[in-house]
Amino acid sequence: MSAGTVTERLDALYEFDREPVREDRLQHFSNFAGLYAGEHVAGTEFIIGPLFVSHGVTAPDFFLGLIAGNILAVLCWALCCAPVAVRTRLTFYWQLRRVCGPALNFVYCIVNALMWCILAGAMIGVSATAVGLPFGMPMPQLTDFYPTSASWVAVVFGVGAVVVVLAILGFERIAWFGKVCSPWMCLVFIGAAIAVLPKLGCASPGDFWRVANEKIWTGVPFGGQSKFTFWHVMFFAWFCNIAWHIGMGDMSVLRYARKWWYGFASAFGMFFGHFIAWTCSGVLCAAAQGGIAPGPIAYGGAGIAGAVCVVIAGWTTANPTLYRAGLAFQVVTPNWARWKVTLAAGVVTTIAACFPALVMKLLDFVAVYGLILMPMGVVILADYWILPRLGLRSEVAARDGLTVNWAAAIAWLATVGICVAMGIEIFFKSFPGILIALVLYVGISALFQRRAVARAGGAP
Amino acid sequence: MRAAAIVASALGLLLTIVPACLVFAGCLTWQTHAHLMTAGMFLWFLTAPVWFRD
Repeated sequence: MSAGTVTERLDALYEFDREPVREDRLQHFSNFAGLYAGEHVAGTEFIIGPLFVSHGVTAPDFFLGLIAGNILAVLCWALCCAPVAVRTRLTFYWQLRRVCGPALNFVYCIVNALMWCILAGAMIGVSATAVGLPFGMPMPQLTDFYPTSASWVAVVFGVGAVVVVLAILGFERIAWFGKVCSPWMCLVFIGAAIAVLPKLGCASPGDFWRVANEKIWTGVPFGGQSKFTFWHVMFFAWFCNIAWHIGMGDMSVLRYARKWWYGFASAFGMFFGHFIAWTCSGVLCAAAQGGIAPGPIAYGGAGIAGAVCVVIAGWTTANPTLYRAGLAFQVVTPNWARWKVTLAAGVVTTIAACFPALVMKLLDFVAVYGLILMPMGVVILADYWILPRLGLRSEVAARDGLTVNWAAAIAWLATVGICVAMGIEIFFKSFPGILIALVLYVGISALFQRRAVARAGGAP
Repeated sequence: MRAAAIVASALGLLLTIVPACLVFAGCLTWQTHAHLMTAGMFLWFLTAPVWFRD
């Protein structure tokens, strides 16, 4: 496909998002608070809480790590993502196109779409654990990698088919339905956890800390699992949404904010969403005597409502994810109708969902996902704040009509390559990755731009 | 109609959370709490779409 065709396809894809948001379309703080609170109570929260329990984190490490990581994540939203979003008022993709060029933007879209497919697959897997309950389906265990039974595959394909068909037929209606579900889902999490506390021997609120230490976050990993510490919890809580804050993905949302400090609304997602949901699902896991599969543990806490909550949580979050993946893939299939692309993405997603490893290794996948997408956000940040202060030009792709900004391309690929080669756990790799991406992009941009100036014999 | 739907939705949410607190306090069995939570679920999903804004 020629560079011109790529540009045309990308422009068509984001046809409503090329202009800065108009003043009359800006939103109030409460809209962002509601959006973040709803967005961060998803199907995946049902599995993240139990996975922390399975990795033997202690109660103090869990709560302190979660508080520290959530505060850092909120600060990144408010101090990194929101200020650029309210100044440019552009979507992440349009800003990326201006900085990196349409061809590199295209590659990023495809990588992002593949990640979305895998994430949607994990959500289908989460839903399947609840749908399979009435059929007596054997649940996948923590160490399972391949499909465990024919009934698991059949249920995953059934759930996948429904998710794909609905993503094709009515994305917007489902997105709205997802918002309707949010307050109820949040209360189901809390109610289910409160109701199982007596089973764990917790008779009063004053008993909770003792039970948390002795029965829930005991500090003893399940068989074959690595031991998690405060640092694991803090870095996971900080970086699990790195693609949206330091990775700048939420520019597309925060460009509607009146003030940059609306980025602090993300605290509603981190504390009412992640903090409560991961804590409650951890309690449910302990009450299910170490069970990990979300369907059975939610049923054990809230009965039918719990199982329905798992199905809906997985379904409403898998649908927009799959829809966005289909939209991004449409760039490379110019002659395909959108429904065909969404169907193809759905088939890939459903096949991926058959592998329980996708659910059971969700923490690792989320960390990889963030690591791969983060460097481009750092590129945008450095391009906006640092390059002009060093006397360098920003948004060179848009200004010079470049198809690829090679400084950004090298910074992206080299950062991921160097981080993968580092001998540290995946949860910590994004931390040095931020600095590496920053230094590489600024350094290579300076080199390229000064060389271009020297060739032209003029000032930048 | 809208006001009635909002009241019914609020009742649905109360049925989702209050019985769980009563189980914790030892005033209700887990089974009853599960039934009430299911009733709350139906109430919420039947009434919330009537008034919930985009």
